[in-house]
This record gives sequence, C-alpha cells and structure tokens, in this order.
Amino acid sequence: MKKLSKLYTALIIFFMYMPIIVLVIFSFNDGKTTVWKGFTLKWYADLFRDSQIMSALWNTLLVAVLASAIATVIGTMAAIGINNFSGKKRLLLQNMSNISILSPDVVTGVSLMLMFTIAGVAFHFQMGFWTVLLAHITFCTPFVVLSVLPRIRHMDYSLYEAALDLGCNQWQAFRKVVVHELMPGIFTGFLMSFTYSLDDFVITYFTRGASFQTLSIQIYTMTHQRISPKINALSALMFVVIIVLMVIINVKDRKAEKRMGE
Amino acid sequence: MKKILCIVLSAVIAMSCAVLFAGCGGESAGEINVFNWGEYFADGSDGTVDVIARFEEETGIKVNVTTFETNEELYNLLSTSNSSYDVVFPSDYMVEKLISEKLVQKLDYSKIPNYNKVIKRFRNMPYDPKGEYSVPYSWNVTGLVYNKTMVKNIPDDWDGLWDESLKGQLLMFNNSRDAYAIAMQQCGITPDTFTKADIDKATEKLKAQKPLLKKYVMDQTFIEMENSQSAMAPYYAGDIYTMMTNNEDLVGVLPKSGSNLFVDSMCIPKSAQNVEGALKFINFMTDPEISAANMDYITYASPVEGAKELIDEDVAGSELVYPPDEYLDKCYTFRNVDEDVYSYMQEQFVKVMS
Repeated sequence: MKKLSKLYTALIIFFMYMPIIVLVIFSFNDGKTTVWKGFTLKWYADLFRDSQIMSALWNTLLVAVLASAIATVIGTMAAIGINNFSGKKRLLLQNMSNISILSPDVVTGVSLMLMFTIAGVAFHFQMGFWTVLLAHITFCTPFVVLSVLPRIRHMDYSLYEAALDLGCNQWQAFRKVVVHELMPGIFTGFLMSFTYSLDDFVITYFTRGASFQTLSIQIYTMTHQRISPKINALSALMFVVIIVLMVIINVKDRKAEKRMGE
Repeated sequence: MKKILCIVLSAVIAMSCAVLFAGCGGESAGEINVFNWGEYFADGSDGTVDVIARFEEETGIKVNVTTFETNEELYNLLSTSNSSYDVVFPSDYMVEKLISEKLVQKLDYSKIPNYNKVIKRFRNMPYDPKGEYSVPYSWNVTGLVYNKTMVKNIPDDWDGLWDESLKGQLLMFNNSRDAYAIAMQQCGITPDTFTKADIDKATEKLKAQKPLLKKYVMDQTFIEMENSQSAMAPYYAGDIYTMMTNNEDLVGVLPKSGSNLFVDSMCIPKSAQNVEGALKFINFMTDPEISAANMDYITYASPVEGAKELIDEDVAGSELVYPPDEYLDKCYTFRNVDEDVYSYMQEQFVKVMS
C-alpha cells in the first residue's frame, strides 16, 4: 500500500513536471525543431537580442507589477469596506465582486473592448498600455477581495480597539494592527493577481490596441510560422526565476517561524 | 521585505513613466503601429539584419509591432476596434476584401520609389487589379512533402493525398480555404473563387479522403514530418524546404496541376494616423537588401527584383522557395468570396472534420 502511494505521487509529479523538463531540454537544442541536433546556448543569446520579445516581456512585467499592486490596494480597501456592511448588503456586494471572477474571460474581454472603443471615440484616445492596465486591474481586484475577506472575518476587532486605547491614532492602528493581521491574505491576493495578470491572454487580446503587445500574444501569433526556440529559452528562464523566488520565500518563512518559536 | 517592495515598486513606476513620456515626447518623426504575422520580420538572429531596429535608426520613427495569426483576426480588429494601425500585412484575398469594404486607403506610390523594383508579375495582381492599394511583401506556393522511406507511389500531384496505400499516415490542412482549394483542384474546379455548388462537390472529395487521414494539422506538420511520424502532407513550399533541411528523407513536390500562389502584402488602413511614416516603412521593406533579410528569415520568396541574388544560394536555388515562372503560370491566387459562401465552406469543413 505504501509503495502504491509512493508510485502514485511519483506519477503525479512526473506528469506535472515532464512538459517543463522537455521544454528546458529543447531550449538547448541546436535546431529549430523537435529533432535533437546537439547542445547550444544560441537561443539564450538570440533571446536577449530580440527587441520584439524583450519589449513584449517588459510590457508584460510592467502591467503585471502595476496591475497587481494597484489591485491589491483597491481590493484590500474594498474587502474592509464590504466587511463593514452587514446582512443582505454585504452578501450583495460580496457576490457582485465574485461574479466578475466567474464570468468567462471572453465576455469580460469583449465587453471591455466595446466600452474602450466607445469611450475612445467619445474622448479621443486609443487602446494601448493604459487600457490593458485598467482591464488587468479590473479582473485582478476581485481576487484580492476574495483572499482578504476571510482574514478580516477571523480578525479580532478588539485588537484594533486595544491599539487605540494604547495611544495609536486611527491610521497607526490600521497600519500596525489591521494591515499586519491581514498581511498573509493581502500577500496571497497580490501573488494571485500577479500570476493572473502575467499569463492573461484573452482580455489583453481584446484591449491591447495597435501599439501594445504582451508576451502571451506574441507567442500565440508565432504559431503561424512556428514557435521559436527562443520562447523555450525564455520559459526556462522564467521557470528558474520562479523556483528561486519560491525557495527564498520558503527559507524566509522558515526563519520567521523559528524566531517565533524562540 | 517591505522596504525592498517599496523600492522595487517605486522604481517600476518611475521607469514606466520615463518610458511613457519618452514615447509621447518631442521626437518629430513620431511612431507607427505595424500589424504583422507573428515571426515575420528578420530579428537579427543567426547573423541576419534586425530590420525594425535598422528602420528606427535610419528614420528616427519608432515602430510598435503587434502581431496576428490569421487574416480573419486582422479583419476583425481592423473593422471593429478604433485602434489606428498604420501598416497591415493582409494576404491576397484579404486585401481584396479590405479594399471592397473601404478599410484601406490608396497609396501614394511616388513616396515608395522602391516599388519600381517590384517584379512585374506581382504588380496589379487580381486582388488589387490596378495596383492602387498594396505593395507585395512575400509570396510562395503550396506544395506536397513526402517521406521517401515510407512512400512507394511517388506523387507528382495532389492525388497523392488520396493514396489508399498510405492509410493512416496522411496529413491534411486544418484550414478550410487551403483544404478546399486542394479538393476543388481534384474536382477540376479552379479555386480562386467558387460557388456553393463547387463547395458541395469538394466536400464529397474531402469526405472520401477522411478515412485515409491521420489528422488535420497546421504547424504541427513540421513535427510530424521532421520526426518521420507521417508519410505525406500538403504545406507551404518554403516551409517544406525548411523541413527538408531538418530531415534528409523528406522530398518536396510542386503538384503538376498547379497550386495556390499566395502573396502577403502591405497596406495602409483608412484609420492610419502616420501615413508618411507608413509609406516610408513600406518603401524600406521593399528595399532588395531588407527584403532579402526578411525572406532569408521566413524562407518565403521575395517579390523584389535583386533580392533573390542576396539570399543564401541554397535557398534561392530551391524550386520550392522560388518556383520557376512556368510553374507560376499554372497557379491561381485566392480571391475574395462572398461572406455567406465563405461561412458555408467553413461550416462544411467543420462537418467533414468531425
């Protein structure tokens, strides 16, 4: 039985990571195809020389960082606000926020495109960086609300009052007690927004306009010719960065736990 | 931790402001928005020229490249969104459609001196008969590729794709227009334009072919053929040339009854905001040296006189990349067909495939 469970775990991990391993291996392939032709680092060199991919990567990261940061602020404020309502009103607001998570990306994308197009004609602006950023903030915010709300519900409100009693003004009490208590939820919300923004295709596709392109769209449209191995190289690098980040976060958590233990 | 986060965030915001203001800032030459197929400009890898960087350097015009995957996608974005593209790259039949719907504007050819270098055959093509709206960027034909270790009856025409002895090893276009073109040729119809009755005939042909097929594919053809997993497939001849360099057992064939000569062109949409810049860009792309660099990269043929001589000798000498004139005389070029005929074809194709 124990062997069986080990085998099961091994299989699951194999299927989860095999595609990535294959991709990383082929990023070193000297040839544009799935035929192995020897080891090379040229795709990595080409990748950094390719101004189109680099600008798409920069655009993607810029939107992801800004959108998730802004969405985190708006979402946290919204969650605190929603929590202050009670009964039906709260339920209504909470569901209104959730519905936009559940509605399909295509619907969100098309409706945003229509809105931006109409507004663009009326106010003489074109879709581009700002419309993509606004769209991303729009679909990221509900995720932050979703991850912060349960934290608030479990927070002991008397802590906030105690801080006030002990001489904090309202802002200080909010910052040092409320935000501190909600931090894990806020952080999760931020990370979720960041990843959703990073790999969003559909909504960006409809709101990007004529002068702005992100990585997911760049890669998608490459299939007309064939996907360049540079993308393998880029994906491999992103994967390594994510692993390093995860390790750093985990090590930090461990250290923090140890300190708490002492 | 918080401090680091603060620093990173403020750095990002500061840099983004810098980028954005640099974008709208003083440069008089301005910028142009180019809408092209993915991977369709030489990007500087393998010793080629980075054509976009070169253009920006020479003219001071900033180029924003965005990409699309199908002609229909290009059409949808041009007709619905209010984004202003300055140069777009539609294929033959889509040029005609854009002209008929007045989505593109007439070009001032006096500002495109390099147009004189465009080979005569590729001027005034049937999709733009008076040569008023478009400048060709690349061209090529469809062809057949087979694996000589797997195929006994050497094909010389499209009927190779109906070869019973290759049951389960044949591939077919997963793209209604290309697939129907082949089937219509088999029925003796020239597929540049067609009617619903023509479609019905071709549908029967495709239905007969279906049991022999392994699957309907597009860019997967590369993987299937290069790894010798399928015996025969139709594809774009320039890409077949690329496949052959990766697998010595592959042979490319130009079907003797002719095939589809396709031309990807450059046009300026009605909504363009920087027409001067767009004309400069089109002229630049029609320079023999630049055209050669681009065609070297995508292995399709250049419509510009003098470009072929600058391309890698093996590529330029290949009949697949540069089919001879006699062959081109047998080819047809897609024309625009009515919306309802087109969607009828797509419906029928979905039915065949399912």
